[in-house]
Amino acid sequence: MAAPDNHTQPAFTPVPRVQVPASAVKGEAFQVRTIISHPMETGLRKDSMGAIIPRKIINKFICRYGGTEVFSAELHEAMAANPFLEFYLRADESGKLEFEWHEDGGAVFMLEYDLAVA
Amino acid sequence: MTAWTRRRFAAHAGAASLTVLSPHVTCGQSQPRVVVIGGGVAGATAAKHLATNALAVTMIEPKRRYTTCFFSNLYLAGLRSLESISYEYEALAQRHDLTVVHESATAIDAAAKIVHLQGGSKLPYDRLVVAPGIAFDYGAIDGYDEAAAEIVPHAWTAGAQTTLLRQQLESMDDGGVFIIGAPPNPYRCPPAPYERACLAAYYFKQFKPRAKILVLDAKDSYFEQDLIEDAWRTHYPGMIDWLPAEFTGGIKAVDVKGRAVVTNGETFKGAVVNVIPPQKAGRLAQQAGLADRSGWCPIHPLSFESALEPGIHVLGDAARAGAMPKSASAASSQAKLCAAAIAAALNGKAPPAPHLSNTCFTVLSPGDAVSDSITFETSADTIAVANIVVSRLGESAEMRRGTAQEANRWYSVFTRDVFG
Repeated sequence: MAAPDNHTQPAFTPVPRVQVPASAVKGEAFQVRTIISHPMETGLRKDSMGAIIPRKIINKFICRYGGTEVFSAELHEAMAANPFLEFYLRADESGKLEFEWHEDGGAVFMLEYDLAVA
Repeated sequence: MTAWTRRRFAAHAGAASLTVLSPHVTCGQSQPRVVVIGGGVAGATAAKHLATNALAVTMIEPKRRYTTCFFSNLYLAGLRSLESISYEYEALAQRHDLTVVHESATAIDAAAKIVHLQGGSKLPYDRLVVAPGIAFDYGAIDGYDEAAAEIVPHAWTAGAQTTLLRQQLESMDDGGVFIIGAPPNPYRCPPAPYERACLAAYYFKQFKPRAKILVLDAKDSYFEQDLIEDAWRTHYPGMIDWLPAEFTGGIKAVDVKGRAVVTNGETFKGAVVNVIPPQKAGRLAQQAGLADRSGWCPIHPLSFESALEPGIHVLGDAARAGAMPKSASAASSQAKLCAAAIAAALNGKAPPAPHLSNTCFTVLSPGDAVSDSITFETSADTIAVANIVVSRLGESAEMRRGTAQEANRWYSVFTRDVFG
């Protein structure tokens, strides 16, 4: 009667979110805040049957501004769940902000945002 | 436990019986008088244990019916009736020979040792116990006040607020978003906002499977977060989203009419919104000068006597009790220590050895619960964690089912201990 153990492969879809200002002033810095809901499974834990839960983390984050990579980060096992990154960019011209989170296994989660620079 | 004395069961005579200085006047002056303000878990436990120690006890509580905040999330999920978590005071008054007055205490005259009641009567005491619970810091969130709470409930004091939130969840359309605003530390019952997300999700999963839950937190992390998030992923995949304060900046304003909450940069619109505001010690504690600038009441750990007003003891959620969380179990544990300390002081005996503890259950889904139990090391100036046992990730389903059963057993034994 034991319920199937679903610790090993939880059906879970990470949700990425980004906060950037509605518009920015040319030449000035603006704040970017990003978060993705993700368990950041380290690969070191065992499930209730004693089997190792395979590693599954967000291993890389990239931000592009007008097609150019302006910020990236490599994440490792020690990063807490729901990784939160905050950084500043300089507003040069109106353009597209693209955000990418790379997960172990090759999945990529993406968001796009059009920034208006005045 | 079985002693059945009706001698002083004059509670329902109310104010009229209080025109005499004390309802215990027939007992003579030999019995010291203790007044307990507040009939929640801390107040009721203290009153019972003070009466057991042969003290003349009067408990003041305006409500005739008390609904426990703990386990009220189960009512929200449709897993328990409101009756099953509500208690009246007759049994307590009759079995333990104490007087219950259903009135509001309006003021404390610490110099004259008198409590003023709303009806105008005065109640003298030798020792006073104040257990006023929590009050909400309504100034902290723009547009959210007592009137707003009648539309956008906090449901953080059980009763009408809980019923209101349940009705709103029931009338919500499938596909709606339920927003929970989780409060900053310290607050009543640390895991409860997240348990609420679990149990609302349990209800949605059956009746509104396309519904979503968004938890907007005033904190960046919380107690037992790994256990809770694991439950969100396994029991309710894709249904619950949690955003920490570092991302949103926390809730700044509430648009009551539009059912929306505003953070630093964003507006989140919900079908049902539940804002749990920042908290402080209950109104009477603030008014009587028992609370300091933190909003909570500093106490001496060995007796729970106020650090600001000698002769007055503060218990439960209102007290700032070191490492103890604000929970029913902690409140009851404090009340027992306090009652023993008061009895010892009034009878000229040595103070009791402190044994403070806390037990907490968090129900993730009906057959899956986690628990923590803590014992504390108490000295004259601190209450520190001595030993803590918490459920872990990856426990077997059987073990979790056992914890869920244990939670129900704990509730019935605990409430009998407090209100029986």
